[in-house]
Amino acid sequence: MQELTFRVQRYNPGENKEPYLQEFTIPSSQGMTVLDGLIYIKENVDNTLSFRSSCRMGICGSCGMLINNFPMLACHSPVEELKTDRIEVRSLPNFPVIRDLVPSLDPLFAKHKSIKPYIIGPDMKEVEAPTSEYSQSREELEAYVQFAYCVKCGLCMAACPSVATDSLFLGPQPLGQAYRYCADRRDIGAKERFHVADSPHGIWLCHLAGACSEACPKGVDPALAIQLLKRAMVSDSLRLRKKKKPASLAQPPATSKPKIDVPEFTVTQ
Amino acid sequence: MAGKPASEENRHLPNSLGIRGWVWAGRYTLERYLFTLHRLTGLGLLAYITLHLIANGTRLGGEDAWTNTMEFLSNPGFRVGEYLVVAAFIFHALNGGRLILQHLGFTLGKPKPPVYPYVDSMRRRRPITLAMLAVMAALLLYVLIEIVT
Repeated sequence: MQELTFRVQRYNPGENKEPYLQEFTIPSSQGMTVLDGLIYIKENVDNTLSFRSSCRMGICGSCGMLINNFPMLACHSPVEELKTDRIEVRSLPNFPVIRDLVPSLDPLFAKHKSIKPYIIGPDMKEVEAPTSEYSQSREELEAYVQFAYCVKCGLCMAACPSVATDSLFLGPQPLGQAYRYCADRRDIGAKERFHVADSPHGIWLCHLAGACSEACPKGVDPALAIQLLKRAMVSDSLRLRKKKKPASLAQPPATSKPKIDVPEFTVTQ
Repeated sequence: MAGKPASEENRHLPNSLGIRGWVWAGRYTLERYLFTLHRLTGLGLLAYITLHLIANGTRLGGEDAWTNTMEFLSNPGFRVGEYLVVAAFIFHALNGGRLILQHLGFTLGKPKPPVYPYVDSMRRRRPITLAMLAVMAALLLYVLIEIVT
């Protein structure tokens, strides 16, 4: 059986001043992911190894790590695709390290919260307690749905060279999500988000390296969202932004279809 | 962060890449490296302008000072340096043009529902970047031929 060498970042705030790399040699198996390797180490070699994971299928965004110098979800990184038997795993850069491979995502969540990541509708009572669906065309949905796939894993923030030099920079995830809500026809809160984005540590610090979109494991393309947000903000300041009516409530169906009776199953003997 | 004791926050290890984050790029592709080169050429041009002003400023010291400066700058090392300045200018101008267009979302296309395997907008529009690089290479070659002949 082929062996893999994992070089894993270790850092215990009570014991170490600086993080260091510890080497583990483990057996590889077909279809093995980097997360599988870390779980193997924790279960069989060193149970003090700390990392964060949950769904194991690229949905929860918990296991973001720097794998062979690229921010990736460990569960979404088959070892075979790395094309090497030496795997270096570090905690996500640009986030404080709590322990070993566990980054503190608090800065991300605080920034995300600041851009008001929710629908600000014309009638907030309707948003809070909906009485009907909003009508939305396919084109209106496609204007934002790509950006709604964000799982808040923080890989884009780890990839961004502007976040690297300015920890207060909002960064690709919050700015991308700001555009996601601004582009939503149910939302009328664009001006509030423009105000947050148009700050000294805001959108104008994005220099379009494109690393965020390259690192995103969900195809969200935050770089595109940020540039579209810039365009919307510039258009708005020049009073060229088209004003669109907010999405209206869909009329409830005039007649409801009768429910189909549950067939009675009888067993004939 | 709110809700956590200060002592706990202080124990977290800061892990920002800092200025290293501009230069260091892991396994990224073309555009990320163009960002680094854009920064480096920008700083290079800034250094050139500073040196250029200092060199021209020697004219204030009289004709002899100016002649001495010109003699000093006419050595082959500075000729290579001048070519590098022109190369940096050509790259910075062309890549800057690309970035100006893309910064407002032009040439990046529309959002698309993500379908695996994901290809982001900058990768979809890479031919524009490659065309820019081809024009840059042609201009650099032209300038090199002009200098040599």
